[in-house]
Amino acid sequence: MTAALFVFYLLAFVTVAAAVMVIAARNPVHAVLFLILAFFNSAGLLILVGAELVGMLLIVVYVGAVAVLFLFVVMMLDINFVQLREGFLQYLPVGALVGLVLLVELIMVLGTRVVPTTAAAMPRAAPEGVTNAEALGRLLYTDYFYLFQAAGVVLLVAIVGAITLTLRHRPDARRQDIAAQVRRRPQDTLEVRKVRPRSGI
Amino acid sequence: MSFPIPLSHYLVLAAVLFTIGVFGIFLNRKNVIVILMSIELLLLAVNVNFVAFSAYLGDLAGQVFALFVLTVAAAEAAIGLAIVVVYFRNRGSIEVEDINLMRG
Repeated sequence: MTAALFVFYLLAFVTVAAAVMVIAARNPVHAVLFLILAFFNSAGLLILVGAELVGMLLIVVYVGAVAVLFLFVVMMLDINFVQLREGFLQYLPVGALVGLVLLVELIMVLGTRVVPTTAAAMPRAAPEGVTNAEALGRLLYTDYFYLFQAAGVVLLVAIVGAITLTLRHRPDARRQDIAAQVRRRPQDTLEVRKVRPRSGI
Repeated sequence: MSFPIPLSHYLVLAAVLFTIGVFGIFLNRKNVIVILMSIELLLLAVNVNFVAFSAYLGDLAGQVFALFVLTVAAAEAAIGLAIVVVYFRNRGSIEVEDINLMRG
């Protein structure tokens, strides 16, 4: 067994174990932390196969953004998670059946499909002598430029959607109203009175 | 370019990850947040497949596509969690079985 194969088995085992813990963990915070572990290990797997940029982006996007978002929501919502676990075993048989069928089908497909390994039919062959990031960048900013822009639009729509969904105006909250502050004049709020001695106002 | 790890290793790993994701959706029928995490696992498995094929066939298009899958996964998580937060604010619960307002 070569060193690369050993590293692959290590990373793959930890990835699968963490993925199992994601769906089986009792506490959702632990589930999110196991999700982060799974992402880190699969990023290692991608780097092992030579895709450095995608592996690093996996860490940046998934761990840095998505997992933190999950953690934030899990901690922000006050949910009785014990109640959510009820009926866990009830769905176990049908879930296991579907999962088993799916796994057997996928592996059967892998066993019978013939993958062409010749590079002759590959239109986007990786150029020699440049890094993975540079090669991907050359491709992304030329051939896939419109798709790249479309991905940006998808993210923009996601931002707008998330903000419009969660934004709310609470009437009891005290907010700063700059226009009202600027509009305010001394004669509206101040009154100068003469106070006579021993009489008061 | 030769690889010390056979391609089938990566494909089987991605198949196992995908199966765990589907299994998680079935297993946690009540908890929307864990269902969203299972969807992230599914997308991760797809990404592993894309990148493995891309590397072994020497074709960079697969890695470009993996980047787009990453984009869609991030957008989906943001929108899904926003919906969960709004739903919890309105109903005080995130159980899937409570989400039946649209049922006739």
